[in-house]
Amino acid sequence: MPLVPSHTLRPARSIYVAVCAAFLVSLALRPAAAADAATLTLYSAQHHQMVDQLTQSFTKETGIPVRVHSGEAPEIANQIAQEGARSPADVYFTENSPELTLLDEKGLLAKIDPTTLAQVPAKYSAADGKWVGVLARENVLAFNPAMIRENQLPASLMDLAKPTWKGKVAIAPSDADFLPLVQAVVALKGKAAAMDWLKGLKQNAQVFSDDEGVVAAVDRGAVATGIINNYYWARLRTEEGVDKLHSQIHHFANGDVGGLINVSGAAVLASSKNPEAAQRFVAYLVSKPVQTMLGKGDIDFEYPLAKGVAPNPLLKPFSELQPPQISMAQLGDDRQAAQLLRQAGLI
Amino acid sequence: MTEAVASGPASRQRASRRQPPAALLVLALIGPLIVLLPLAFTLFEAARVDGAEAVELLARPLVGELLVNTIGLVLAATVAAATIGTAAAWLVERTDLPGYRAWGVLAAVPLAVPPFVSSYAWVSLSPGLQDFAGAWLVVTCSYYPLVYLPVAAALRGLDPALEETARSLGCGGCACFRSVVLPQLRPALLGGMLLVALNVLVEFGAFALLRFRTFTTELYAEYRTGFDGPGASLLAAVLLLLCLACLFAEVKVRGGAGYARLGRGVRRRAARLKLGLTTLPALAGFAALAMTTLGVPLGMIAYWLTQHGAAAISPAEASVSLLIDATISSLWLGLSGAAVTVALALPLGFVAVRYQSRFVTLLERMAYLAQGVPGIVVALALISLTIRAAYPLYQTTPLLIAAYAIVFLPLALVSVRAALSQAQRGLEEAGRSLGLGWAAVAWRVLLPLIGPGLGAAAALVFVSIVTELTATLLLAPIGTQTLATQVWADTSTLAFAAAAPYAALMMALSLLSTWLLARRFAATRFVS
Repeated sequence: MPLVPSHTLRPARSIYVAVCAAFLVSLALRPAAAADAATLTLYSAQHHQMVDQLTQSFTKETGIPVRVHSGEAPEIANQIAQEGARSPADVYFTENSPELTLLDEKGLLAKIDPTTLAQVPAKYSAADGKWVGVLARENVLAFNPAMIRENQLPASLMDLAKPTWKGKVAIAPSDADFLPLVQAVVALKGKAAAMDWLKGLKQNAQVFSDDEGVVAAVDRGAVATGIINNYYWARLRTEEGVDKLHSQIHHFANGDVGGLINVSGAAVLASSKNPEAAQRFVAYLVSKPVQTMLGKGDIDFEYPLAKGVAPNPLLKPFSELQPPQISMAQLGDDRQAAQLLRQAGLI
Repeated sequence: MTEAVASGPASRQRASRRQPPAALLVLALIGPLIVLLPLAFTLFEAARVDGAEAVELLARPLVGELLVNTIGLVLAATVAAATIGTAAAWLVERTDLPGYRAWGVLAAVPLAVPPFVSSYAWVSLSPGLQDFAGAWLVVTCSYYPLVYLPVAAALRGLDPALEETARSLGCGGCACFRSVVLPQLRPALLGGMLLVALNVLVEFGAFALLRFRTFTTELYAEYRTGFDGPGASLLAAVLLLLCLACLFAEVKVRGGAGYARLGRGVRRRAARLKLGLTTLPALAGFAALAMTTLGVPLGMIAYWLTQHGAAAISPAEASVSLLIDATISSLWLGLSGAAVTVALALPLGFVAVRYQSRFVTLLERMAYLAQGVPGIVVALALISLTIRAAYPLYQTTPLLIAAYAIVFLPLALVSVRAALSQAQRGLEEAGRSLGLGWAAVAWRVLLPLIGPGLGAAAALVFVSIVTELTATLLLAPIGTQTLATQVWADTSTLAFAAAAPYAALMMALSLLSTWLLARRFAATRFVS
């Protein structure tokens, strides 16, 4: 178009004006991204619906705004480690204990207030008081009754590596929940047995990228059983409705390693520029009202760890579980587990 | 040479030899350089991995599985997209299919539905649609328009005389299509297929939601289990090489064979074939296609909007404000990203159109390389780079916008370049000769001429940013949620009802912008 009559340009100009106006309006309304001194920065590897609920009620109660950075547990832990003293994080709230142990080993965590620690049985927190247990999940085996009878289910997690289980089990080795399980097998059975177990799983298992994928696959009948944390099954049950659900869960008993309890904990970063608010947030997480809210609500399906708080009725009572005897220190950090998984060709 | 628009008619003869002014060249360099940055960094990091470790990491059985998964899906999706795209184009352009205009539009619209939104719809419709079958379905539905649009355009441009000659020589309908029409469609078809392959290679969100493991999802898994390890950079390098191979093949196909018409005079439109009894199956096919590509995604979003997700949503009163926050973040990022990307493309496009030289062509090709760099690779490289060497930029909005600029520079460059090559140089010179300074010429002559083209470029980049997931997910500053990241967060935790409002708003924005664009420009302009 060599020459354009001016009237054809008018619509274009009005579009520019509209776009510029939209730009300015959104600029004015833009949520403040920068942290001011009073804002608490939370690095979270917990489920975001629950974290949203917690941060909102915390802000309402205390007036302290919270900004959240979410990610997978080992990712965030390694991120904090790389950021080091420059990390903007004040609090790290995560799904499993090994990430917290890793940061503790690197000296990046501050001591938790003793009154906060006292809310929770000591065995679910760090021995040195650098992080506190908030919630717990049970490791279970989801199964599809149409594909496998209940009396055929394994007594031990270790059985799943036997050749008879070929093609009948699903796992999510890159999910943060799988690493502590590997670590527990190492702690209780030794490294060589753990390696054999993983190699057996490599032969037997269908691999998914996360526990949500595993439980969905079991439910739709793509695979007979799947190793998950109980949370995901309860979650699927609530989302799909009981009548549409095709799967059930099997609890490992008699202290079998498969019945591992994973502890979701929180820590205050040593580099926090806002330690008071950070301590307050962690104390808030284990306070009775919050723990009761989490236990009652249909958002989170974990066991509240504060003394005397009942869990969601959908879950098997905490006292009836028969988990293996293993301490948080024995679970250690995830590094050895990740290495073994790589050697076994699972990640 | 110190002035952009130098002198009189004598220099016009040698227009292609002139050197661009230094300042302009520096501005034009920024785009290609920031494109090269993540690419070079990833390859450098991969090369730094110790030899034995690299062999151990790359020879894992997992890498073999990923190669099989990724390449298998690329092949299957490309063939399916080619078949569907060509069939749809032929029916729309060459037959008396009732309502062919409307079907033609409907066949192009799925491009505005981001694959991770349609995978959200399919996964929430039936969890059975996962793994390979689901992934195949979703990417084919999302990307077949990349074949449909160029093939339809090529069919419109064919001279019917050749076919008529073939028919008159006794060639049957099918034989004629195979031996006369198809060879002429080859550049468009192959180019489209390679674009499909490239898009499947870099797709991340859809596969992650469908639990189908490819290089991109595994890169993300590596990142999740280790944040920034050597394994990730090696996988990224393999993926990068696959993408670049596709990109070079595409450039070769596009630059190669052309079927020019040499005859003079006006070309007739081809006669439309009477479908007769096959009308009904053809209509049913189009209806099924529209149902699968548009009906299911839009329908599922509408369905979940009406459902209360018991476990899904944060306290009800707060979700509205979350929705508003996410919308504003998406809009803001989209608009500033579009502004920055077009601003980077403009000097490069100007230099490319007005000062052709080998060096300038090289710059342009460097910018187009971005098409072969997956968003996840860009994001991971930028995270590593800033955390090590540019900490003040780490986790900031400018870094995210830089990532958008890298990923979408080629998209902007195509439109900007097209607009600039239509603006006649003589008009600027006339302005100069009448005593205007270069700034006044740019403002009063050039800008009105190229304005609509720049607007189109900005709108395309805007839509792409609003529906972008990977870079946003990895680079969004702390506390920033966009519509795309909210859909992702809810869907990946099976909270389908909670994801619906975000998905609905994002689709509305995407469809609205696409519609506005399509109204102003011919539909074929969408294909780069």
